[in-house]
Amino acid sequence: MGATALRNGPSPVPAPIDSIVEVRGISKTYGNVEALRGIDLDFPRGKLTSLLGPSGCGKTTLLKIIAGLIRADGGTVAINGKRVSAPGPERAFVFQDFALMPWATVTRNVAFGLELRGTNKAEREETARRYIAEVGLAGFEDKYPHELSGGMRQRVGLARALSVDADVLLLDEPFSAVDEQNRRKFQEDLIRLRTNQNKTFIFVTHSIEEAVYISDRIVLLSPRPGRVSQIIEPEIDRSGDPERIHRDRHYLDTVDEIWQGLKQYVE
Amino acid sequence: MAVSIRTDGEAASLAPLSNRSATGASWDQPILLRLVSIALFAGVWEVAGRIPVSFAFPTFSDTIIAFFGLLADGSLATAYLSTLQPLVLGVVLSAFLGVGLGTICGLWRTGEWLVIPVFIVLQAAPVAAFIPMVTFVYGIGMTAKTLAVMILALPVIVLNTYKAVRNVNGSLLVMCRSFMGTRWQTVSKIILPDASPVIFAGLRLGVAAGFVGVVLAELLITPTGIGDLITFHRSRADYAEMYATIASIIALSTLTLVFLQWVEVRVFRPESRGA
Ligand SMILES: Nc1ncnc2c1ncn2[C@@H]1O[C@H](COP(=O)(O)OP(=O)(O)OP(=O)(O)O)[C@@H](O)[C@H]1O
Ligand SMILES: [Mg+2]
Repeated sequence: MGATALRNGPSPVPAPIDSIVEVRGISKTYGNVEALRGIDLDFPRGKLTSLLGPSGCGKTTLLKIIAGLIRADGGTVAINGKRVSAPGPERAFVFQDFALMPWATVTRNVAFGLELRGTNKAEREETARRYIAEVGLAGFEDKYPHELSGGMRQRVGLARALSVDADVLLLDEPFSAVDEQNRRKFQEDLIRLRTNQNKTFIFVTHSIEEAVYISDRIVLLSPRPGRVSQIIEPEIDRSGDPERIHRDRHYLDTVDEIWQGLKQYVE
Repeated sequence: MAVSIRTDGEAASLAPLSNRSATGASWDQPILLRLVSIALFAGVWEVAGRIPVSFAFPTFSDTIIAFFGLLADGSLATAYLSTLQPLVLGVVLSAFLGVGLGTICGLWRTGEWLVIPVFIVLQAAPVAAFIPMVTFVYGIGMTAKTLAVMILALPVIVLNTYKAVRNVNGSLLVMCRSFMGTRWQTVSKIILPDASPVIFAGLRLGVAAGFVGVVLAELLITPTGIGDLITFHRSRADYAEMYATIASIIALSTLTLVFLQWVEVRVFRPESRGA
């Protein structure tokens, strides 16, 4: 008891940021393709961190390693200080291709994570309905995925991830199969969700604008083998009108700065 | 009268089988088309019977009358009682065994290597040739007939199930794993529902093959049931009765397949019921 009190007491070193996900020395090689090399990263709790980088630099690989869906060749991933190597209840994944069961209604799809955990039907459908409304799909509970647009399907994927009440949401280019209008709407929703839900988001994207618009922190990865090349924290006030943010000086400068950094890889 | 015309016609026109939209929204038109198709079929049969194309080819109306005769004297009922037992037993056994075996082979490499080649050979071989061999080993009883049904029905069910399970949607598997689905949950909640359309296609083919099997067995080995009724009427040159018997088994087979499709859409793939 005394030891605990001591540890919690005032410490001489500056308080470290509270990281929920800690990635240490992760590397991954597929056959003779070295996808990731020595990735060290901390993801602060309650923030939205974007992984940004050129195609093929290993963003999806890194996200899936954090999710426990791919085994790393070396290094460790810790969630809340505990090492993990398989999927767990504290993480939920939103898939680029939605991964919805075509034979199940929106409600059953959203409740699927809870169904697998053995939550009883009434309770999980109640939870599902709440999150369906949260992502703006109220009224579509009994529809099947093929009756929804791409944007709506991705909202189902997001609601499914929210409904298991994980601390960390992992999103792999969730908007890449969604049209521009829906994408904008979705980005705003995500900003709102991050404020309301107090969850940690790790977000993979191709788009610099998107990353700057929604992220608290942006991790730039270099091309193969993926390494952390830069970390940027755009401090943008998102409380106002979304249109205003897109014209904000600081927003535009940050986008430009990142573009300058990435340009070398494209040329 | 109207009822039996419909039965005969359905037997001939396979429309309800291939036409998925029959379960869809526009009901009136397919029904009209089907009635026309049935009437057309009956008409052609009637004309062909009257020409006649062969002295052994009865007209449609004679066949219908013969059908009611067979119903009235009870010979059809007796025949079906004897045919349906091995048929139902064989088909049900093949369905469970086939789907089970196919699933195991789809999930488990060793099982695949051990079992699948056997069924590929069985499917390629003219298996009807094995039926006399079955009689040789198992005599002419119920066992032989059931085995005949299974020899024909099993390979296509196993192979379709195996193929469907092997080609299951990979991203759904990853999704299930990411939400910590167990092995059993993955099989029951993802793999089988995802595979069910192809599995059911296999079941339909298997059931149809089962009908072939039981009739072959009764024609070739054990002169009982429907096979015997056909042989008996042929030997007496009662061609109308013979055709009525044949048509009745075709109709039964078709209705069974339609029912199977109904079950599939109802229970396993509600989303394909149509918007
Ligand atoms: N299963 C696999 N087998 C072999 N190579 C793979 C596999 N998955 C990814 N790779 C390779 O690893 C590298 C990183 O892939 P990854 O999908 O993580 O990139 P990414 O940054 O997500 O790319 P994108 O932006 O195009 O989605 C790529 O060069 C890819 O070809
Ligand atoms: Mg990717």
